Amino acid sequence: MSDERNGCSSCNTISLASTKDLLNQDLAKQVRTAYDRIDSRGMSSCLFGSSGTCCKNCNMGPCQIIDGVESMIGVCGATADTVAARNFARTIAAGTAAHTDHAREMVRGFIATAKGETPHEIKDVQKLHAMAEVFGIATEGRDKNEIALELGNKALAEFGQQDGTLTMLKRAPKKQQANWKKLGIEPRGIDREVVETMHRTHMGVDQEFHNIMLQGSRCALADGWGASMLSTELTDIMFGTPVPRRAVVDLGVLKGDHVNVTVHGHEPLLAESLCLAAEDPEILALVKKVGAKGLNLAGVCCTGNEILMRRGIPVAGSFIQQEMVLATGAVEAMVVDVQCVMQSVAQVVKNKHTDIITTNYRAKMPDAIHIQFEEHDAMGSAKKILIHAINNFKKRGEYYIPTDKKFDVVVGFSHETINYMLGGRFRQSYRPLNDNIINGRIKGVAAIVGCEHYKYADDVHFKIAVELLKNNVLILATGCAAQALGRMGLMRPEAAAEYCGAGLAEVCETVGMPPVLHVGSCVDNSRLLIALTEMVKEGGLGESIADLPACGTAPLWMSEKAVAIGQYFVASGAHVVFQNLPVTGAKAFNKYILEGMKEEYGACWDYEEDPIKLAHKMIKAIDGKREALGINKKQDRVLFDMEMRRDLTSGHGIPGVGCGQK
Amino acid sequence: MSKIICSAAIRGARKIIDMAEESYEEALKKYGADHEVSFPNTAYYLPVIYSMLGAKVEKLGDMKDIFQECHKLMPPVVTGDIWLPYLAPALDAGMATFFAEEMYEAVRYLNTPNYYTKTEDPTADSIWLGAADDVIFRKRGVEFVDGTAPGFAAIMGTPADPEVASRIALELQEKNLYIFMHDQTNGLTMPDLLTKNNVQVGWNTRLVPFGQSYTTAVFAIGFACRVAMAFGGIKPGDYKGNLLYNKDRTFAFVMAFGPVSDEWYANAAGAINWGFPTISDYDIPEVLPTGICTYEHVVSNIPHNEIVQKAIEVRGLKVNVTKIDIPMAFGPAFEGERVRKDELFMECGGGRTPGVEVLISKNMDEIEDGLVTLEGPDICDIVQGQNLPLGILVEVAGRQMQSDFEPILERQFHHLINYIQGIMHMGQRNIMWVRIGKAAVEKGLSFKHIGVVLHGKLHQEFGAIVDKIQVKLYTVEDKVREVMALATSVYTERDLRLGAMTDETEDVFYSCTLCQSFAPSHVCVITPERIGMCGAYNWLDGKASYQINPTGPNQPIEKGECTDPDNGYYVGINEFVNQASRGAVPEVSCYSLMNNPMTACGCFEAIAAMLPTCNGIMVVNRDFLGMTPSGMKFTSLAGMAGGGNQTPGFMGVSKHYMTSNKLFKAEGGLKRVVWLPKMLKEEISEKLKEVCKNIGMPELYDMIATEEQGTTEEEILKFLKEKGHPALEMESAV
Repeated sequence: MSDERNGCSSCNTISLASTKDLLNQDLAKQVRTAYDRIDSRGMSSCLFGSSGTCCKNCNMGPCQIIDGVESMIGVCGATADTVAARNFARTIAAGTAAHTDHAREMVRGFIATAKGETPHEIKDVQKLHAMAEVFGIATEGRDKNEIALELGNKALAEFGQQDGTLTMLKRAPKKQQANWKKLGIEPRGIDREVVETMHRTHMGVDQEFHNIMLQGSRCALADGWGASMLSTELTDIMFGTPVPRRAVVDLGVLKGDHVNVTVHGHEPLLAESLCLAAEDPEILALVKKVGAKGLNLAGVCCTGNEILMRRGIPVAGSFIQQEMVLATGAVEAMVVDVQCVMQSVAQVVKNKHTDIITTNYRAKMPDAIHIQFEEHDAMGSAKKILIHAINNFKKRGEYYIPTDKKFDVVVGFSHETINYMLGGRFRQSYRPLNDNIINGRIKGVAAIVGCEHYKYADDVHFKIAVELLKNNVLILATGCAAQALGRMGLMRPEAAAEYCGAGLAEVCETVGMPPVLHVGSCVDNSRLLIALTEMVKEGGLGESIADLPACGTAPLWMSEKAVAIGQYFVASGAHVVFQNLPVTGAKAFNKYILEGMKEEYGACWDYEEDPIKLAHKMIKAIDGKREALGINKKQDRVLFDMEMRRDLTSGHGIPGVGCGQK
Repeated sequence: MSKIICSAAIRGARKIIDMAEESYEEALKKYGADHEVSFPNTAYYLPVIYSMLGAKVEKLGDMKDIFQECHKLMPPVVTGDIWLPYLAPALDAGMATFFAEEMYEAVRYLNTPNYYTKTEDPTADSIWLGAADDVIFRKRGVEFVDGTAPGFAAIMGTPADPEVASRIALELQEKNLYIFMHDQTNGLTMPDLLTKNNVQVGWNTRLVPFGQSYTTAVFAIGFACRVAMAFGGIKPGDYKGNLLYNKDRTFAFVMAFGPVSDEWYANAAGAINWGFPTISDYDIPEVLPTGICTYEHVVSNIPHNEIVQKAIEVRGLKVNVTKIDIPMAFGPAFEGERVRKDELFMECGGGRTPGVEVLISKNMDEIEDGLVTLEGPDICDIVQGQNLPLGILVEVAGRQMQSDFEPILERQFHHLINYIQGIMHMGQRNIMWVRIGKAAVEKGLSFKHIGVVLHGKLHQEFGAIVDKIQVKLYTVEDKVREVMALATSVYTERDLRLGAMTDETEDVFYSCTLCQSFAPSHVCVITPERIGMCGAYNWLDGKASYQINPTGPNQPIEKGECTDPDNGYYVGINEFVNQASRGAVPEVSCYSLMNNPMTACGCFEAIAAMLPTCNGIMVVNRDFLGMTPSGMKFTSLAGMAGGGNQTPGFMGVSKHYMTSNKLFKAEGGLKRVVWLPKMLKEEISEKLKEVCKNIGMPELYDMIATEEQGTTEEEILKFLKEKGHPALEMESAV
């Protein structure tokens, strides 16, 4: 265990004040964290794996491929390009599978809710109707649960659908839809695309990297415009579409005199049930009985994002902090479901009173206790979990909470919120955003999404964000990246004046919004697709997502989901820059990823390790779009006379006649 | 700082809603929930509420739901730090402000029915006019439609100096804007200052004192809402349609003088919903990023000598004004200005002296362009009260000029001369009447200035057909008599030519889409025997307009084969209208009220409606305020006939059409007409009697009922039976 945690040999600098503070406490020094494991592993990451050219898809290998060295192709003859593309596509398939299974559970929960079998209810009827319209479901005079049931069933059918195309593709701009059709990559059914990707990347099937990546895109689109979007939209309908609210993040949200229950993972069904159960009189009585002042629910990772966005429940830590949250010794239980839960958490709490409670039959781990979350007895399960946690309170030993380490954030920027906040109930639209992009106050829009890991310094998100803000780029953030930015104070509205260039600061001040908008969890990247589409539809910024001055990044990406997300953005026309990608070992494939895709989708991937340079690559990409749109220079004010006002009616008049003539 | 403004607006909205709710509660106790409430004579209920929410506030009790809506819209106050987005909540609060103010003013009308004058001009008792009724609204709204007025300035308070106030008013008038005035600044009100400075205030000069409370700002907004509903075909409750319509078409803005209260901020925030920005002379924060309004939202600290220019720039308005070189102000805003008895310097024509005006075309070489001559004494040669005869002879020439266009050009004299500040023109031809005010004389008016105006404006508006214009003015009687003799022969010839023209003699009719900037889906078809329902455009106008601007709003339509002469179905017309309405109106009859009647935008002179019990047709003109036998007043009927929809049994018509041979031909013509308001019947009596005679029923004139015989179908039916009206014998029209 290292006392000096600042600057280990693997360059994993810790800048986060709460983590530093905690790790300097004696009680935390006994805990072995990922930082220590990186240090003690003694070996750097496998170069073949890192560059995408390790193939272990069959038992003739594993084969390490060196591009251009004839003797170093695969035993089967697979080239570096084939191997890297297969690996890349499999990463996409794994990420898509994760979102898909998450989404499937949400849809099933949605159906159960419509049937009245859960403690939840259909909260956002307006959105229910909007989605019903997308799915061609009649709403007039129908009960919300009846509509919801039909919607749920139609949504569920999208997973197993074999033919046709996914319903929500038609929400995309016309140009994207046409492009997908032309390329033959419209997803047919969500599961089918994952299966087909796995099949085609099996030994001896698809061995042409371009063809593999067409399926990779189709699979990713099934995630973005399918699984993830279904999850976001139906979860919103069920638990409420996020609206702006204040909350706090970071380790300081834990409370010394409260029973602290942290919820870690991804699916909000469990967390929402815990929220409801936490208000149950029986639970409250028990809390009192054990001598606690109350029950403090706090989120971790994307479950944290879900309940932060919808309920304003504090987030104790992001992915990178999951061990730190436990190292405080102040947590009675960490309730986990699926994805991004490190196996180490059960080890961190080994000598503590804390229990790791797994709740999903899919996700168990040694040294954790398992209490299955039954969706048909959600309250029962939730109460059982909470009772277990509360009973731990008396066993709590020495603990340390960095109480002064917490940050105010304003969150809840769903697509609907953004639409509303730019014009109010009566004039809501993306017009002011587009307008201020056109007039140059805002240079463009960036998405900072994805994960965190320990290989680079933990302030990468912050550095990129600051650079972008300085250059008047508005930031939308999701996932653990969003939490990282929140922890650095960028989700306070005051941050606009502190960090932004004059133009962006002025727009933020006008609207009253922070310069970094928390859009949700990692499945909620689908909200960004809708936001980009709205920008296109609002007009003035081209006819395709590929025309927009917008760019995405997932620095510190860790999960396979991030690659699936990146690919669905690229395939939807949005330029994406990561810090690294496992493609560098395959020259032709690498070139295709970095350039070739642009010809197909109007967007491609890029990578850059250095955060400042990465930010400038994004800015450059945005500037390029501005130039192509012809909005890179100051425009004169247009004054309207009567003739021009008559012309405003174009489209209504008679072609070639009167005021309609053009 | 948007935050300061939004915070204040939300605070202000809260106060206004509380105040309105208090007055509502009191009224509820006093009158009960079933008591009727309304703004005077309007079919649009409380127009902001009606247009935004689709809710009709007819009774006091109806306000309860609207107040609930206000509370729902009201956000919490903006916090000092870690604030939530406040722009949208402030805009919502602004909207709630207007709902509350509208109800507050409605309760005021209930409590104090004569609080406002409810007239077009101030009265001796009060300067505050209150909300525009539908008569005023339709008359003035049309000017928004045809572009005569691009929008309005909603003024809050006033600059302290009467000269400055007057100059700002004049500048706004010169931009052709309406000026709606509200509230006061440090005890001073703008209409008071203007009146004291001898500026004529009222609808006629576009300087409209709405009310002395800031709550009357809602009258200005309500006016805009009604324009969208009446002319734009925007449905009540289509708030987005209405707001965007106004953002794009009504070039209005708020101009605030002096310190800005929370309540003013609340109103300003509300106005932003319509795309109307605020321009202030005071040191308040600014909101410059664009998006809700076309350009900036709040601009402040503007000096008085720049404020009008700044306002139109911020609103994104371009006003094309050709400078006419005369010492008086000039523009449409002065058209309705009057010269009253004690302001009168002298007058010409109008029965006092011989007066005549005529325009004739000549050969190019006979005319010296720009020549303006005066024979006889000028204004400077006479003393006050000394009237003179006046003859105005305008001679024009042009390669595209046709004698058919002479009356069209001549008809412009009326409004062009009226555009001169300080001169009032009435009538036409040899019954013209000019009154000249003292103020104009003080500024150095000469008769020659009339010539300068006619020369300049006719060139500007008819440049495509006229190349040369000279104006000869006479103020000596024998010369005037000479002009009059010439004019009489011209008129006779002209009338004969026009009278001989029928729908059968001409192969081409004209479309009119002049209103399409405001009524996007409506298309008028103008035939020689059916002039535009606005009364302003006849077939010749269409033809001339097409000559002037071949891609303009009037296009020739080959009428094609006539498939039904009674209904007036023409193959070419149907094709054209079908295309123009994008299939919404596949068929239109030129002469029927019941079968595919012609659509209307809303600027019709009169409305025809079928009375089933009487088996006849009634026609009511816009100025008639009373009830009609249809059970609806003009304003409600206008809702049925307007909006670009075909509603069999309801149709907009011009007064002129009433005496056309093609009038309701499908339904049996004039013999079907059973009721007219007395004022309309008298106005067209001469021609009407002639038509009665021509169809062999001179007694028909007296068989047509007016409100004197009744305003219900039963009463009218009784009268018709007594008189033996022919409609009763005709086949059922329904």
